[in-house]
Amino acid sequence: MRYLPLTDDDRRAMLATIGVRSVDDLFIDVPDAARLDDLIDLPRHQGELAVERDMSGLAAQSVAAGSVPFFCGAGAYRHHVPATVDHLIQRSEFLTAYTPYQPEIAQGTLQYLYEFQSQVALLTGMEVANASLYDGSTGTAEAVIMANRVTRRKKAVLSGALHPHYAQVVKTTLQYDGSEIVEAPLVSDGQESLADMIDDKTSCVVVQTPDLFGHLHDYAALADAAHAKGALLIIVVTEIVSLGALKSPGDMGADIVVAEGQSLGVGLQFGGPYVGLFATRQKLVRQMPGRVAGETRDAAGKRGYVLTLSTREQHIRREKATSNICTNAGLCSLAFSIHLSLLGESGLQKLAALNHAMASRAADRLATIPGVTVLNDTFFNEFTLQLPVAAAPVVDQLAQQNIIAGVPVSRLVPGQAEDLLLVAVTETTTDEDVEALARALSAIVEGASS
Amino acid sequence: MMNKQGRPTNTGDAGDTGSAARIETATGHYGLDHNEPLIFEQGVPGRSGVDLPEIPDAPSRLGGLARADQIGLPDLTEPDVMRHYVRLSRKNYAIDMGLFPLGSCTMKHNPRLNEKMARQPGFFDVHPLQPESTIQGALAVMDELTHWLTTLTGMPAVALSPKAGAHGEFCGMMAIRAAHEAAGEGATRTRVLVPESAHGTNPATAAQLGLKVDSIPATEEGRVDLEAFRAKLGPDVAGIMLTNPNTCGLFERDIRAIADAIHDVGGYFYCDGANFNAIVGRVRPGDLGVDAMHINLHKTFSTPHGGGGPGAGPVVLSEALAPFAPHPWVVGDKDGLHLVEHDGDQGDDAPAFGRLTAFHGQMGMYSRALTYMKSHGTDGLRQVAEDSVLSANYVLARLKDHMSAPFEGPCMHEALFDDRFLEGTGVTTLDFAKAMIDEGFHPMTMYFPLVVHGAMLIEPTETESKQSLDIFCDSLLALAEGAKGNDKERFTAAPHFAPTGRLDETLAARKPNLRWSVAQKPLEAAE
Amino acid sequence: MADKKFTEDHEWIEMDGITGRVGISAYAQEQLGDIVFVELPEVGTTFAKGDEVAVVESVKAASEVYAPVGGEVVAVNAALEGEPGLVNESAEEDGWFFEIKPADAGELDELMDQAAYNDHIAD
Repeated sequence: MRYLPLTDDDRRAMLATIGVRSVDDLFIDVPDAARLDDLIDLPRHQGELAVERDMSGLAAQSVAAGSVPFFCGAGAYRHHVPATVDHLIQRSEFLTAYTPYQPEIAQGTLQYLYEFQSQVALLTGMEVANASLYDGSTGTAEAVIMANRVTRRKKAVLSGALHPHYAQVVKTTLQYDGSEIVEAPLVSDGQESLADMIDDKTSCVVVQTPDLFGHLHDYAALADAAHAKGALLIIVVTEIVSLGALKSPGDMGADIVVAEGQSLGVGLQFGGPYVGLFATRQKLVRQMPGRVAGETRDAAGKRGYVLTLSTREQHIRREKATSNICTNAGLCSLAFSIHLSLLGESGLQKLAALNHAMASRAADRLATIPGVTVLNDTFFNEFTLQLPVAAAPVVDQLAQQNIIAGVPVSRLVPGQAEDLLLVAVTETTTDEDVEALARALSAIVEGASS
Repeated sequence: MMNKQGRPTNTGDAGDTGSAARIETATGHYGLDHNEPLIFEQGVPGRSGVDLPEIPDAPSRLGGLARADQIGLPDLTEPDVMRHYVRLSRKNYAIDMGLFPLGSCTMKHNPRLNEKMARQPGFFDVHPLQPESTIQGALAVMDELTHWLTTLTGMPAVALSPKAGAHGEFCGMMAIRAAHEAAGEGATRTRVLVPESAHGTNPATAAQLGLKVDSIPATEEGRVDLEAFRAKLGPDVAGIMLTNPNTCGLFERDIRAIADAIHDVGGYFYCDGANFNAIVGRVRPGDLGVDAMHINLHKTFSTPHGGGGPGAGPVVLSEALAPFAPHPWVVGDKDGLHLVEHDGDQGDDAPAFGRLTAFHGQMGMYSRALTYMKSHGTDGLRQVAEDSVLSANYVLARLKDHMSAPFEGPCMHEALFDDRFLEGTGVTTLDFAKAMIDEGFHPMTMYFPLVVHGAMLIEPTETESKQSLDIFCDSLLALAEGAKGNDKERFTAAPHFAPTGRLDETLAARKPNLRWSVAQKPLEAAE
Repeated sequence: MADKKFTEDHEWIEMDGITGRVGISAYAQEQLGDIVFVELPEVGTTFAKGDEVAVVESVKAASEVYAPVGGEVVAVNAALEGEPGLVNESAEEDGWFFEIKPADAGELDELMDQAAYNDHIAD
């Protein structure tokens, strides 16, 4: 077997050194009843060629987003990732390293984590950020847990335009710790007033911008309302590229910002692995979950980096830890960081402007279809179409024509807003793609209403 | 007050950054070892690492929320970026460079076929919310992975979506909590029994679920004290969280008795599957009475650790706990594969458990792990367990008379040592570990598990050759001899041959500097 | 000024009138190593004897500080926020944690004096 270096001679010699006759003697502590003598009923080993054939056969059964006109968003966005990113993250020293617990031989990882934290803090307009969490949704649950701890309260208010998966993750994760999760009703028109729902038992308010339906929000007033009641404001961003064009959550007065970093460097990957960005205020840093790299120096004064504030973590604090998480999204945070380094200030701003312009043109084109309305006054690169018919069957029908038209809202909240379709447009979308969607959609809508 | 859990604060003599009395170079570089500035210190306005098309005319819909300020990111070209990250990468140790005997972490070879397969557009370039007819290949990976995992573990169901081991553990314990809740016992069954040698995630997980941890002592031979365990059983017990093979690298001989006893009082058996590598293909957790167990795909099934993630932590579940799996999962019928994402998608009104992550979990890890499973096959995976256990016992046999092993063998896939052999030498476990860096190795896991003093946990894995194991053992024997001889400096000032000497962790924690900012000047050399 | 009294968990309390100053012993700080952070209680909070009042963190460990007697916290040592190293430099003087107004002075009698504490840590 190509991954197993021991030969039968090696095994015999090693058994002799150990002083046992067979490898079975090493499994002596396993109860007899549980010891398997035969192979488990699964296929036997295969060479690279055979495995590749097999896996490629499976891959061929999916339609790759890049092969068709494609408009899905709703928390995962298709952006072009420069070739340099994938080359660098596949370097052995990054790919096959462990968590940097031995800083002397992990400065590469530690320095990029420090740089990553700096990038996240700058983008979100916050003071500090951690070295990443699993993804945006789990990060949101962690943010609520953190807010509960900071405020010593147990009631969180979730916006009705928060990504429904995110809301479910918060509810599921906190269902047994005594928390109360108040969900505002689904709101698709961008008009939501949460201030009235905040009382002196509220630990936090969780909002999103651009929201699920693409509407943009300035949450400065909500921040003030929350702070007046002693609650924290958590702002969620599911499309991080938007921060190249938009006022930052930090500028709006957020106490915690959670973002999905997938758009930069990571790719669609059918939903994971992604990278959760988590930023907060300096004064709350010791309540922040997750790993964090910090600058320090050696005795000669040379700059270096270590994992720090680790006393918050589960391996020290155990049941009193800020979180049970012990993994960050290492390689995805590296991909994010490299992509953002390639973009730089000018590149990110231009990429964001390009996304917005492409989406704006697409919205105008799609709005010309009789019976179809664009719900949004404001948006970044994703907007909501209201169709004269249910969206999910339309999307299925368009898929048969090799057009992936977007995400029906009912895919996320069954039985609700069935006529709404979320449409995302990025720099990877061409005018021809938009035209193809417009024509095909137009034909279906006309057919349905005639 | 005197909680001394975790590793010690003594980072050794930070006054020595290494033995090499280096000459001063003009650049601050030393040959292949580059003194690499932060990326923020390298930007030049006007540069760019991307060439984007011109922006077409279109009305703005930003509604007055356009960013007015600069973000503060540096501008660099592609060669600048390439060189920066390549230079950083060279400061890292990695499995591809050498033996990485980090106990309980299973740092095995990561086959590159896994990487290649995961990048196929049909897996990689697929959106999680595409219509079902366009994601059949991705669902097939989930379906096949489900089959492999349930068959290898002898368990009927698996929840794939947890993002990593700790998340899987949370998922499994939540299923237990939910099952008690459904039986009307949620409020009364709140105590979880956890061996004192357990990983720190166990109590952290229990706490988030509103459960209280009750610690079970270990026996002299490093296993759960069965009598002490029995004495703690009662109607308020939700279950037990047990790592098996345990964190001392030993198989829990009494595991069947433990499972039976916990079931007798109406509790469930959560098994931490971090160490599944030792038994895959030889023992099925389902035959041990396990109700839930997470599997770290990044350990047993070789998906890369990536410097700390991403991982993946699917949880296999028993019949009793299967109804409490989170969404989503895959079902098949004559029309193909379907994703069950919501209550009622299967036409029934099964109780809502909820969802632990947006979308469907770590697809990128599923395709890698499945590639690995298909490569090894059932015969190869069994050999994985055998070779990993053989290698650990070989290391134990070669070192035990010169270092000190707290427990009698045989061990499973990792060999545990304590620091008795360093007594009176002035060399600590930490010093010893740092000296291993100079020998070209990554150190073993130190100071874990907490049940032995100055623990050193060595997990060689099955992907080391005998030659490699011999060089490693010879090196540790030489170090042990050096420590017992009068060679203290070699240890307390180690590492001498790493990109940096020991760093001041106290400074880092007292005055946390967690990000670069414009106002910050590069640290000056100390006077 | 009265003498210091000690707990088995290595806290000390020194009464001055009706309030007592609380910290951790020199022995404790030595065991913990470099202190990097101290989490102090809010003034005005009331604790029972043995309650967790503060947390002291070194680089690799975090430990709870328990109330040596029950009562209300009336002051905290703000200097520790910026300079946690004070606990290492002067555990039993400048590195004090908080001041408490004992609800039941009788609880003080249950604590060890310096000599008894010295015996305790010598064990």
